[in-house]
Amino acid sequence: MGIKDRLIEDVGLREGVKRLTEDKIEKVVQAVLKGETGARLAAYNEICMRCGLCSEACHFYLSHDGDPSYSPVGKVQQTMARLIKTKGRVSPDEIYGMAQIAYTECNLCRRCVHFCPVGIDTGYIMSTVRRICHKLGVTPQYIQDTAHSHSATFNQMWVKEDEWIDSLQWQEDEAREEFPGLRIPLDKEGAEIYYSVIAPEPKFRTQLIYQAAAIFNAAGVDWTMPSEPGWDNSDMCMFTGDFEMMGRLKRRHFESAQKLKVKRIVMGECGHAFRSVYDMGNRWVAWKMYPVPVIHSIEFFWELMKQGKIKLAKKYPGPVTVHDPCNVVRGRGHHEKLRELVRFLIDGEIIETASNREHNLCCTAGGGVINCGPPFKNVRLDGSKAKAEELRATGVKTIVAPCHNCHGGLEDTVHRYKLEMHIKFLGDIIYECMEKPS
Amino acid sequence: MHDIYNLVTGPLAWLAWGIFLVGSVYRLAIMYILAKKKDAASMAYMSWGYSLRSIINWLIPFNALGWRKNPLMTVATFAFHICLVAAPIFLLAHVALWDQFFGITYPVLDENVTNIMTMIVVAAALVFAARRIFQKEVRYVSGFQDWLILAIAALPFVTGLLAYYQVGNYQVMIVLHILTGEIMLAAIPFTRLSHMLFSVFTRSYMGSEFGGVRRVKDW
Repeated sequence: MGIKDRLIEDVGLREGVKRLTEDKIEKVVQAVLKGETGARLAAYNEICMRCGLCSEACHFYLSHDGDPSYSPVGKVQQTMARLIKTKGRVSPDEIYGMAQIAYTECNLCRRCVHFCPVGIDTGYIMSTVRRICHKLGVTPQYIQDTAHSHSATFNQMWVKEDEWIDSLQWQEDEAREEFPGLRIPLDKEGAEIYYSVIAPEPKFRTQLIYQAAAIFNAAGVDWTMPSEPGWDNSDMCMFTGDFEMMGRLKRRHFESAQKLKVKRIVMGECGHAFRSVYDMGNRWVAWKMYPVPVIHSIEFFWELMKQGKIKLAKKYPGPVTVHDPCNVVRGRGHHEKLRELVRFLIDGEIIETASNREHNLCCTAGGGVINCGPPFKNVRLDGSKAKAEELRATGVKTIVAPCHNCHGGLEDTVHRYKLEMHIKFLGDIIYECMEKPS
Repeated sequence: MHDIYNLVTGPLAWLAWGIFLVGSVYRLAIMYILAKKKDAASMAYMSWGYSLRSIINWLIPFNALGWRKNPLMTVATFAFHICLVAAPIFLLAHVALWDQFFGITYPVLDENVTNIMTMIVVAAALVFAARRIFQKEVRYVSGFQDWLILAIAALPFVTGLLAYYQVGNYQVMIVLHILTGEIMLAAIPFTRLSHMLFSVFTRSYMGSEFGGVRRVKDW
């Protein structure tokens, strides 16, 4: 029982460990433990009573019929606890297993926090394991590719500068057929709103930019998007453990907003990018909080609704269920605003899943797990069984999920477990139901 | 036997209390210095209000999600910790010793009550032990330290009961009782029993982060 019995071949992990020796591992582990961690990790390691209460928090544990090697403490036992105990003297093969656990069997969703009486943050511990793996050069290939893209282009998907501008203008052009006079204003100085997206939007979810433009246009929002790098708010480096690059990404993002002298940044329906600005990226660059106010789409749409700026031609047929993304709900308490907004948009009820609001079960895609790509897809979907069962029990046909990662993950889950449900962004529903020029 | 009794109630008692008190202050001080040096990105969020909010909410049985999902453990752990702390402090025989050695007196609990409390500690320790043996998610992560601290915490109560009911040789039992109690005190700063010192801070930090940054409850 344990990671040794379920190793998955990944070229990034395999090539990474080939270059390692025990001496090298020891040196890097010591460097991270002594240089980057302190009392927090030391206390967690010392006072975890091994009571196992956290087990039932974890969707991986629940979905694997109570296999203890998938419980939060079971995963810590196989990774950080072992690294601390051996002072980093472990074999390259062990690092392979540790990397697989940290990158693909923990979504950093922090549900286990609600189960730990002494207040241990397993998400933090797993992030630190990833940090060590990153510094050892042992990262799954797919997510490492996105991190490389961040380093080279400041966006996650190798989108070139001209392609970015071209995609926006293309969407503007398309949308003007439906909404004459619509603009996607580039580099508008002093705008109220700077709209930032993740790179998969221009790359393959361009309709999301179209929809956002349509909604902002109808609501009369004074907004802009930047033409220069910095437009991508996503941050896979945060998940690979490349914190230096995470810091550079945050600086670039906020500098591009400051350059345009905007009042606020509105972030598309993304979870992890939000985590990166209020929780992890800001800390790395020693900002207690972000230097330019950032609000998530949930909050922004909620504001527009409250101000009466979203005018609906019809309501979306309910009932629906709401999926609470961990990074915006357990991460930022947007669950009630999300529900208020959904109630406004739908005709019918919200049928809650058994675990909801800050106690939500993770989609099993977040924390960079889905970004580790095809080699780990099956293990990810095995891990979402518990979520699938909760979704099935609602008996509804529509899941509202305001997060790209959750969206991608839930689509796979719905398919694997034959749930026959549709997954909607808030933007999808608002766009579908809003008043449009005839 | 008398000499041994004098040893455990004299020099060893001073030693145990000394290790416990000095060791605890030392560990807390070192941890604080380390936190100031290396954990600024966490310390910055510490908040009294959210810390207390978290501590209070976790001290209410069945309030936190984790408690609700594990009713047996909730009952066992609350009963264990309350009785483990309160029974020795308010035990008639212990207060009599404070009086005898230092002339300090304070109210005591009825002997029947402390008896039952002691039994509760032993019973809860048996629940913990059973979990470590029979529940696979607990067994998987249990190691030598976990069994050691369980034994260290339970033995003073087991021997206390045996001495009270005069099972076996009373004099041997009372010496063992005192000795195991001293071992427990001395072990607090240097084993996982240090959760007695540190968990208030880890709980506070989690409460502060969830309250201040995440704007949600952490229970």
